[in-house]
Amino acid sequence: MPTPAKFARLASLLFLCALLMTACDRQAEHWSLTDVQGHLPDLEFSLTADNGHKVSAKDYRGNVVLMYFGYTHCPDVCPTTMAHLAAVMQKLGSAADHARILFVSVDPARDTPALLHAYVNAFDRHASGLTGTPGEIEALAKRYRVAYQDEKPNASGDYEVTHSSGIYIFDGSGHARLLATSSDSVDTIAHDVDRLIQSAT
Amino acid sequence: MKPLTSALAILCLASAAAASAVPGTPPAIEVQNGWVRWLPGGLPAAGYLTISNHGDKALALVAESSPDYGQVMLHRTVNNGGTEHMEMVERLTIPAHGSVKFSPGNYHLMLMHAVHPVAPGNTIHLKLEFSDGSAVDAELKVRPPTQIN
Repeated sequence: MPTPAKFARLASLLFLCALLMTACDRQAEHWSLTDVQGHLPDLEFSLTADNGHKVSAKDYRGNVVLMYFGYTHCPDVCPTTMAHLAAVMQKLGSAADHARILFVSVDPARDTPALLHAYVNAFDRHASGLTGTPGEIEALAKRYRVAYQDEKPNASGDYEVTHSSGIYIFDGSGHARLLATSSDSVDTIAHDVDRLIQSAT
Repeated sequence: MKPLTSALAILCLASAAAASAVPGTPPAIEVQNGWVRWLPGGLPAAGYLTISNHGDKALALVAESSPDYGQVMLHRTVNNGGTEHMEMVERLTIPAHGSVKFSPGNYHLMLMHAVHPVAPGNTIHLKLEFSDGSAVDAELKVRPPTQIN
């Protein structure tokens, strides 16, 4: 039977441990990017990758995925975002081996696998381009409430596509975790992505 | 003789005055820091630059073209709470003693249908026409897609 003094010390120690554990828990939940855990569905899709092969979300499990919806004929916003994400990969260094950028085309009519391949590889080797039938693209866009719309073509047949510009971030198990925009700095995105990568190991 | 000599003198002075008024007057419009973000596969590329107006009157950019591209259009990216789209800009005012900077996410020139292969490291030219009838030849350096600015 412990003495009252020893009992008091044990109680303090237990209390301190509990406090530390709660503090650790609170710290683990603090992200710089928008925390969407539990608010968006797990990553699921059936599309065609830029190597021409059919892929599903399972093919990317084990990696932190940064998913962005865009199109290759977009000269300003999409390349700016892709350059931003490429800089995030650079910042991650070797940790980027466990990260993937998924560029999902909202313009499957023009974005063939070959064109997507040239496009994503001009930015970063961790990037993949995804295309598919209009229905397959629509299913994935709907899943994450991404809006997109073809605008009227001009005399030369060129047209633009209006689209939402969020960056959806999933952990290695495919759970939606964070939402970033291109106004979040390279350092901020890299910091949170690195934490997601480290928490899986 | 005297009136003719006087007339000739006046004529000489007048032409001298006229000649000196034109050289030494700097052009109102200056274009600097022009660059193109190159994309592969002949995709439309974005051109960015800064236009400065050193004159006392506001001027508007009213037309743009290029010997290197079949089509050049001035656009502005607009962000409506998370949705991005591009608006065509017909006329862009450059204020007197002011400047307008084109940059990613804002004003940009959409460069389409290159007439010959264009690659990072090249220099391309744009002809910018203004509301006072003047035109400026701008040089833009072509950069790889990963270069941030």
